[in-house]
Amino acid sequence: MYVAAEGVEHHPLVPIWQELVVGSIAFALLCFVLMKFVMPRMEAMYQARVDAIEGGLKRAEAAQAEANQLLEQYRAQLAEVRTEAARIRDDARADAESIRTEILAKAREESDRIIAAGRESLAVERQTIVRELRAEVGGLAVDLASRIVGESLADEARRKGTVERFLTDLESAGAR
Amino acid sequence: MSGQLVAAEGLPWPPSVGDFYPPDLAGPWVTKFTLMVWLAVGILIIFFMASYRNPKLVPSKGQWYAESIYGLVRDNIAREQMGKDGIRFAPYFTVLFCFIAVTNLFGVTPGLQISPNSHIAFPIVLAAITYVMYLYIGVRKQGLGRYLKQSLIIPGVPWPMHFLLIPIEFLQNFINRPVTLAVRLFANMFAGHLILLVFTVGGFVMLASDNIFIQATSIFSFLMAILMAFFEVLVALLQAYVFVTLTANYIGTSLADGH
Repeated sequence: MYVAAEGVEHHPLVPIWQELVVGSIAFALLCFVLMKFVMPRMEAMYQARVDAIEGGLKRAEAAQAEANQLLEQYRAQLAEVRTEAARIRDDARADAESIRTEILAKAREESDRIIAAGRESLAVERQTIVRELRAEVGGLAVDLASRIVGESLADEARRKGTVERFLTDLESAGAR
Repeated sequence: MSGQLVAAEGLPWPPSVGDFYPPDLAGPWVTKFTLMVWLAVGILIIFFMASYRNPKLVPSKGQWYAESIYGLVRDNIAREQMGKDGIRFAPYFTVLFCFIAVTNLFGVTPGLQISPNSHIAFPIVLAAITYVMYLYIGVRKQGLGRYLKQSLIIPGVPWPMHFLLIPIEFLQNFINRPVTLAVRLFANMFAGHLILLVFTVGGFVMLASDNIFIQATSIFSFLMAILMAFFEVLVALLQAYVFVTLTANYIGTSLADGH
């Protein structure tokens, strides 16, 4: 009653048509500007961020998987290398053993051969010596007998001297 | 008592509907209310353009605020009410939410002190857009016949019941929804302003009293006004949220198949 005197008393549920127009235009302008220039970029940024996070997670997962695969591969390779090394070691051991036995066998064979050769040459020498001795002893016996027969047998002293001489001759012959 | 007090002080007591219609500044087109609406539009355009002029994946503070509002509307309203389909409506819902929130908050902004939404014209505009939107989407998605059938006929009731149910459903879906949407927002802002007027102006009226006890009581009136101002902030944001949520819900039912 005191203030409303200035204007027409409005029923609050009856809209002022100018305000309907202004509200429509203003809100339409707001919608146009924001939905054309701001909101699409905001949604794009939203998606980009989701992508960045999810993509990062995916990349991390992929990297993890790759690392696991590599690790597995290295483990497999390592195991392979280990068995290989063990095999080489075993081979080497076996080789060394066989070489040793081979060398031993060869040495034994060689020594046997040398011993046999020595024995043979000894036997040959002996036979040669025996043959020579037999011839010489025969000769000597004949020589001695002829000397004994050729000398006067009366003189024992001389007989003694003859034998003595013979033996000396023998000795000098042996010393020669 | 109050009548004589006001007569002495010249204060507008008791608060009346007339308080919502201050004199025009320059004809019916340029009033406090139309200027406030333009102000809200300006504030929002400047805020969003400034904060999103150069968006980055790692946001600046302004960009983060803008995105938080968008994220709230997109995930908590659009997706909550409409599922995956709702996301393409999120830009409009965000604009709607921001516009209602800012104009509502004018009700507790010093110097403005009243929300444009306490004039029913503005809620009517917003509710009409929602109304047209959900009707159009419903008809386009399902065809006029199927959309009407889905909106009006509840399946699985005995056929004589339809004489009763179809008018009720019609009233509910095609009249009550837009009217309540507009009136709810308008009434909240109207009542909020009235409450603040009662406690603030009432405080001054009591202070102007000759009686010392009445003057002392005015302190409670002012305290109450401050409390109600905070309450109005809550109401302002809540009503924006409710308006957008219901809009999303209505459009969601238009998109949905079956009743």
